[in-house]
Amino acid sequence: MIRTSKLAFASAIAVAAGLGSAQAQGDITVAMQLEPPHLDPTSAAAGAIDSVVYANIFEGLTRFMGDGSIVPGLAESWEISDDGLVYTFKLQEGVTFHDGTTMDAEDVKFSLDRARAEDSVNAQKALFEGISDVSVVDPLTVKVTLAEPNGLFLFNMAWGDAVIVAPESIEDIKTNPVGTGAFKFVNWVQGDRIDIEKNPEYWGTPARLDKATFKFISDPTAAFAAVMAEDVDVFTGFPAPENLPQFEADPRFQVLVGSTEGETILSTNNKQPPFDNIKVREALAHAIDRQAIIDGAMFGYGTPIGTHFAPHHPAYVDLTGQSAHDPDKARALLAEAGFPDGFETTLHLPPPSYARRGGEIIAAQLAEVGITAEITNVEWAQWLETVFKGKNFGLTIVSHTEPMDIGIYARPDYYFQYDNPAFQELMATLNSTTDPEQRTKLLQQAQTIIADDYVNGYLFQLAALSVAKAGVQGLWANAPTQATDLTAVSWAE
Amino acid sequence: MLRYTLKRLLSLFLSLAVASLVIFFVIEVAPGDPASFMLGINAQPDTVAALRAELGLDVPKWQRYLDWVGGMLAGDFGTSYTYRTPVADMIGERLWVSLPLALYALTLSTLIAFPAGIYAASRRGKPGDIAVMGATQLGVAIPNFWFAMMLVLVFAINLHWFSAGGFAGWDAGLWAGMRSLTLPAISLALPQAAILARVMRSSLLDILGEDFMRTARAKGLSRRQALWRHGVRNALIPVLTIIGLQFSFLLAGSIIIEQVFYLPGLGRLVFQSISSRDLIVVESVVMLLVFSVITVNFIVDLAYALVDPRLRSRT
Repeated sequence: MIRTSKLAFASAIAVAAGLGSAQAQGDITVAMQLEPPHLDPTSAAAGAIDSVVYANIFEGLTRFMGDGSIVPGLAESWEISDDGLVYTFKLQEGVTFHDGTTMDAEDVKFSLDRARAEDSVNAQKALFEGISDVSVVDPLTVKVTLAEPNGLFLFNMAWGDAVIVAPESIEDIKTNPVGTGAFKFVNWVQGDRIDIEKNPEYWGTPARLDKATFKFISDPTAAFAAVMAEDVDVFTGFPAPENLPQFEADPRFQVLVGSTEGETILSTNNKQPPFDNIKVREALAHAIDRQAIIDGAMFGYGTPIGTHFAPHHPAYVDLTGQSAHDPDKARALLAEAGFPDGFETTLHLPPPSYARRGGEIIAAQLAEVGITAEITNVEWAQWLETVFKGKNFGLTIVSHTEPMDIGIYARPDYYFQYDNPAFQELMATLNSTTDPEQRTKLLQQAQTIIADDYVNGYLFQLAALSVAKAGVQGLWANAPTQATDLTAVSWAE
Repeated sequence: MLRYTLKRLLSLFLSLAVASLVIFFVIEVAPGDPASFMLGINAQPDTVAALRAELGLDVPKWQRYLDWVGGMLAGDFGTSYTYRTPVADMIGERLWVSLPLALYALTLSTLIAFPAGIYAASRRGKPGDIAVMGATQLGVAIPNFWFAMMLVLVFAINLHWFSAGGFAGWDAGLWAGMRSLTLPAISLALPQAAILARVMRSSLLDILGEDFMRTARAKGLSRRQALWRHGVRNALIPVLTIIGLQFSFLLAGSIIIEQVFYLPGLGRLVFQSISSRDLIVVESVVMLLVFSVITVNFIVDLAYALVDPRLRSRT
């Protein structure tokens, strides 16, 4: 039996807020690069949606904190049956949606059933697949039954795709999101900004800001100008890392450098010759100089990784030594594999600068060991079509930003086409394991297997870069999920 | 005049029909499925199929083309795939930024170009002419986005007179709205003004060499009177053509400036829609732009006829 209490939640909030001073200013303007397509986090993959609504407008049964931990959200506490199959959630009392209707067990059932329905358009439908039944015990108690034990279930329920929505407001959710959060949606001028304001009826610790405005500035130069001209107070996911030292030196601003869940990898088509030969993949790994990529493409921001796992996670194993930069070894391995003169391949680069800038550097490093990588720049839509769906590529660079996504290596039809039955079995065991210690062990094994198989070239963990005015406090430095949690943000006096 | 107008109208409709076909099929043929783009890399195939059905992407292309054209004729531009709001509303909202911006820039460019061009022509070969021509050379050569960045650097970052970008909205008042469009309008207007001034000058110089100008002087008009009464009016035809082209360009081609100043205009809408494969929005906006370019040309054609009576009887 696991029990959590309200107290843990309250103290977590207090820590996140810092022991801040009284409110000096009531509103804030937060800029980010991408504008959300709409405001329903339960029916699209766009991280920009969560960046606006997660924690601010919508809440789930559990939620992520800035340090990546999972704390109770709309569920005040829960009990897990001994076989790990039945989760009984006790809901917070007195929670209302922004339209005044009560949030109760029926809404939870509606939200979960909607996400796992046949015709669901939830981008992370897999999160809900293990659920076999959701039943309402009483207005404040919900029982969720799983088909098999799932050690990640509470983690999954914290995702933005699992927030609780109401049947009364679902029709217009895309343009008028009605949630339970500490902020209410006010207005959206498409192409320009989204306004939210404090929810005076909030059930938990009230927001310290009265109003917040999200602005969308995609051009890196314009982003720099907007911060410098003090048009915006905060810029999350700042797109021009080369300008950060300038902000650091300026007393008007603070720079926040944190970690994200984005493993940036040189994805390799494991079914396409010559990459079906492990020797070739190993050669690839040794041909790459991670630090040069981090310095050259990301201006030094990023943590080297040696496997597909976030370095800030307690279960992380540092395997970077196994694929250290060693061009001679790479050349020897290539010769051993039957390519003494190297070979030609393709390198597809999606728009983000980690890929476009990083790709140029990687192509140069590969050329050094005799591999000619022909660079093709693609837009995301095209990348999805040819690389992800069509699997028509040799190499590509992508940051996998979903948290805890090592499970993708257990899907043989996933675009890099890694097919290892032993790994798939390990993931199945992991999914049904709830004991934390046992899970850590299995996760470490998994990291080692994919590193040993040199499935992909593991480059670095994407850094979360934000710039804010000096007086802003309570922002998340890290990005355990795509979110701009403003519930604990305030201005210093 | 009636025959001339009808003929122009016919060519207007034909151009529109051809344009709609080209736009639709070129955009649909390009790779990239809107549904899989929206659902990202973790989506399951059945989810993507469900969304495709919801968006109406599972019907054949030619049928979607007919629905699209039929809808537009009835004034319905369809519903955006990603935003899920009517495309007509989105375009309408963006036009409130793009149209005033284009008009603002065009007004500025005309206000600068006319005096500059006329002044240069009347002082041909003298230092004043050389100075104006030098300045226009520079104006043509400087890319407008670079000029925009310089304006931001000086007037927003250093002087704090304007904000670095964004649109205050007309709700905030006419002045606030105009203010947020000022830097973008200037950066759009200057290169256009440079071109326009050069056209104005050379066109006027051609006219000044004509016999009727000498006649006008001979019948006793002063140099200035001859210039304004006979010169400028006759020099307007090529200038009008350029203004028409420039207006279309300003309306459709301000994508980069709208990015630099993050203005919620049409250009930015097209840019966002292209990258998110919001095909129907791209198609409708491009169609609208084609429509406006063709209509502006049509109006310019009619304006020629007004300025030059010979065109009315011809054709």
